[in-house]
Order: sequence, then structure tokens, then C-alpha cells
Amino acid sequence: MDEWLKSVMPNVVAYKARFFTSLQQTFQMMLWSGLIAFAIGLALGIVLTVTRKDGIRPNAIVYRVVDLVVNVFRAIPFVILLIFLIPFTRWLTGTAIGVKGALVPLVFGCVPFYTRQVEAALASVEPGKIEAARSMGSGMFGLIFRVYLHEAVPDLIRVTTITLISLIGLTTMAGAVGAGGIGSFAINYGQNQNHQDIVNVCVIILLVFVSLLQLLGNGLARRTTNRHLVGTDKQ
Amino acid sequence: MIEINHLNKTFTEKGSKVEAVRDVSLHIAKGQIYGIIGNSGAGKSTLVRCLNLLEIADSGDLRIGDQQLTFKNGRACQAGSGTPLSEKDQSRLRRSIGMIFQHFNLLDRSTVFENIAYPLRYTGMSRKEISERVDELLALVNLQDKRGAYPAQLSGGQKQRVAIARALANRPQILLSDEATSALDPDATESILNLLLNLNERLGLTIVLITHEMAVIKSIAERVAVMENGCVVEEGEVYDVFARPREEITRRFVASASALSRINKLLAEDSPMVRTKPGELLVKLTFTRESVGEAAISAISQKFGIAVNIVLASVEELRGVALGGLIAIFHGDAEQIQAALDYLIKDKVEVEVLRRG
Repeated sequence: MDEWLKSVMPNVVAYKARFFTSLQQTFQMMLWSGLIAFAIGLALGIVLTVTRKDGIRPNAIVYRVVDLVVNVFRAIPFVILLIFLIPFTRWLTGTAIGVKGALVPLVFGCVPFYTRQVEAALASVEPGKIEAARSMGSGMFGLIFRVYLHEAVPDLIRVTTITLISLIGLTTMAGAVGAGGIGSFAINYGQNQNHQDIVNVCVIILLVFVSLLQLLGNGLARRTTNRHLVGTDKQ
Repeated sequence: MIEINHLNKTFTEKGSKVEAVRDVSLHIAKGQIYGIIGNSGAGKSTLVRCLNLLEIADSGDLRIGDQQLTFKNGRACQAGSGTPLSEKDQSRLRRSIGMIFQHFNLLDRSTVFENIAYPLRYTGMSRKEISERVDELLALVNLQDKRGAYPAQLSGGQKQRVAIARALANRPQILLSDEATSALDPDATESILNLLLNLNERLGLTIVLITHEMAVIKSIAERVAVMENGCVVEEGEVYDVFARPREEITRRFVASASALSRINKLLAEDSPMVRTKPGELLVKLTFTRESVGEAAISAISQKFGIAVNIVLASVEELRGVALGGLIAIFHGDAEQIQAALDYLIKDKVEVEVLRRG
């Protein structure tokens, strides 16, 4: 087995330790920026849904501010965002490199996208269900947790999957500017040193990872849809 | 039970004002099934939403249950003290009024049980009490076997039954029904209407029913208000409105639920069935509860020697009382025909001459 691995990917085997560290770094970035972005994006998506003009607590000022911030950060390409945020990152975390330094730009890159996705998912909850819940005496929190979030679970799982997959892309880009992870491994040890096998293995790992995420997301979304008649999947 | 006085509601959309409800005053007695009919955009949905504060009226007074409210500056206030109702007060009021909708609005990801339990949670009831209450409600709407089903597994009529059970969970005395049968097929419509009638009789439930179908009003409502452009243009006992519609819009609604409405089509296309020769008269007769039992037609043909050629006839039953309609061509001596008409009018038959030959 070792012999075979050595013959098909000699450089990966040679840099085994670095390779596993990179994988670990990618997972760390995914986990922490994913969790933080999930919490912030979900909260902002809810805020947009609740405060929009036909929402359950319309508030033009809050809506416009959140909407504007989301649009601004969505408009900045991620690579530019990375360098733009360096001073802020350094102020906040004390460092702008490594996994810790990458978290801030990853969250900033991910949240606006996720917020919009959450907003769209919540918008797909029929207004009639909200109205019915109001007629039964539900207040704002009841409407958010017992109707909006509850009914949108399959859609939220779908958009979270999409966001996580795009987050993988962002972590590799962050890797290119010193955050470590599989992206920087592919560039520094693969491309720069002309080790094509390293690049290939990185691609395969990422493909497998993305596919697993997608599979998991689809499965969960389908299982939570609860429409057991024709067309089990809503899409 | 419900008293609406001078209620107004205006929406401002893109700068233009829409007066959805204009100076509406209605009185709905306890235990009544009260119909509100109108075309879409007539304001009936907005009116009914003002009753459970889903919409807050701009001005007017509302007495609903034991609450006496007055609306000013876009807020609902206690009538006596003038203090505005808090969110909590509004929620409490809504909880005391049930509501069902055209598209059922069930939670798709919850089972029938969970849907019906929705309004019971956070009311201080224990799990066991909730479960027992839901079973009671399932029995009430005859869906005991669907406890664990999801809405997607139910037919439209069954979904509306679940919605009714859910609306009644907190034992409201008033049920608002917003086009509850408009998305259902005729069989399901009939079964839902029967269920509503049954609940009205068994629980003494006051039902406010809005619809654009006169057939719905005809089958279960006692009183009806007709709405047009935000105003109530006609109001009364369903039987009287059917027998003697005053407004043009009411006539059209009544015609839509009556076999006699075919006459307008026949007249418009000048069918041979309704063509009158000189001296003949095309007449519409309405037999109300005062005259429906009498053998008027044979009486006039014997008494006045005129021939009566029946073109269309129908007998409706409005909550057990018959209402007859007849369109016929009278043939005979002009004076005798006039005498026959006078005789019918004296006999409390409504007479309308549609065409003179």
C-alpha cells in the first residue's frame, strides 16, 4: 500500500505531515467561520425578513441599514476583501495570518451571501401561514421560531449546504494569502514546486468533500420536507 | 356578539389610496351564521380581518365578545379608557376568535396533531391535556384516523377540517371563515358547510362567513350583507334578500345561485322559448313563504281563462323554507291577464313583467 501510494503520489507522501496539517487547517477554518457565519447570517436574514415592508415588524431604517451593509460586502471581490480587512483583523484578533487571521475575512465574505440565501428561504414560507399563526395569537417570536424557521427548515438546509460549499472555495483563496489550509498547500507545495500530484490530490480531496456535503445536504433537506406524496422533493 | 359601527379602513399603496372598508356598520347576533358576500376587492376580507385585529381599522367602533374597542390614529383602543391595546392584549383577543382560510394555511412540516396543538402550546396546558384536547377536536371534525398524517397526505376537504379543528382549539365563541370553501370541489364544499352548520348548532358558535359564492350563503347563512366597493349595500335575512333583492349587485348574486338566471341568457339570445306573440306576456313570479303553498297557477287559469305556458321553474330551499320561482308566458285576453296579475299580487306573489308581446 505504502509502495503504491509512493508511486502514484510521491510528493504527497513526502510532505505527509504538511498535507495533514493543511487538511486540519481547512477544517478548522470551515468549522469556525461556518459556525460564526451561520449564526450571524441567520440572524441578519431573520432581521431582513421581519423588518421588510410587508414583514411582521416593518422597520424601514433597520431594513435599509442591514440591506445596504449586505450589498456592500457582497459587491467586494473576496480577494480584495481579504487585504482590505487586514488592519481590522489585526485589531480584532491580534494577527492577520494563519487560521485565526483568516476567520474574520471568511466570515465577512460568507455572511452577506448567506444572509441573502436565508432571506430567500424565509420568503418562501407562504404569507398565509404567518397570517394563520397571527390569528391564533402568535407574537413575533412565535412567528419566527414556530412558523418561519420551522417551515423553512428544508430550504435552510439547502442554502446552508450551498453556502458551506462556497465557503470551501473561500478558504482556499484565504490560503493563498497566508491562512494555510489545503489551498495554500496546493499552491505552495504543488504548483510552485511543480508537483502536479499534489495539485491533483488536492483537487480530488476537495471534489470528494464537496460531493459529500451536497449529498448530506440533499438527504437532510429531503428527510425534513415531510411531503410523502408524489414528488418527495420540493424542487 | 359582534357590533361594527362606522368602520373605515384605507390602504395607501404607491401613493394612491384604496378605501377597502367604508363606513360599515353591522350587527351580528350570538349563535348566528352571518354571510358577507361580494366580488373580489369588495373589502369583505379586510372587514373580517378588522374583526380579529389582523388589520387595524382607521376609525370606527367594534364590540366583539366582551371587548369594546374604538379605533383611532391607526390603533385599537379600549372604548372606555381610550388606552391602546398592547401586543399581548391583541394576541389574547385573536386567541378568542377562530379563523379559517381559503388555502387552509396548515404547517406543512407538522402532522395533523401538531397543527391542531399549535394554538394550545404555551397556554399552560400539560402535554397530556393537549393530547386529550386534540383528540376531542379530531373527533369533532371526524378525522380521528389522520392524527399522525402530514397535510400533503390529506385531501382539500380534510385539510380544511384540520384547519377548523385548529381554529376551535381554544374554544372560541366566534369563527371567521375567509372563503373557506372556495378552493374545494363541490362534495368537499358541501361537507365543510355541513360541518360548519353542525358546529353552529352544537356549540352555539357564531360564524362570520365571507364568500363570493351565493350558493354558500344560500345553504347555511341566516343573514347576509352584500358588499361593493368597501360599502355594505344591502343587508338582511338571507330568505328576504333572495326573494326581494334590491340592488343590482345583489340581483346578480341571487341570479348566480338560481336556476331562473338562465332566463337572462334566453332573453339576450332571443330564444324561441321566450318569444311572445302580440297580447302575450312574459312574467316572472316569485313565491315566497307567504304564498308558496298555494295552487296559484291553476287558480288563475281557471278563474281568468288564460293559458299559462311555463318556461322555467325552480324551488329553492333556504334553511328549510321553500322559495319558488316561475317564468311563464301568459296568453289570453289583456284585461283578464291584468286581473290575473292583480290576483297574484293580492296573493303575495312577487310579479315582474319581463316582456310584453
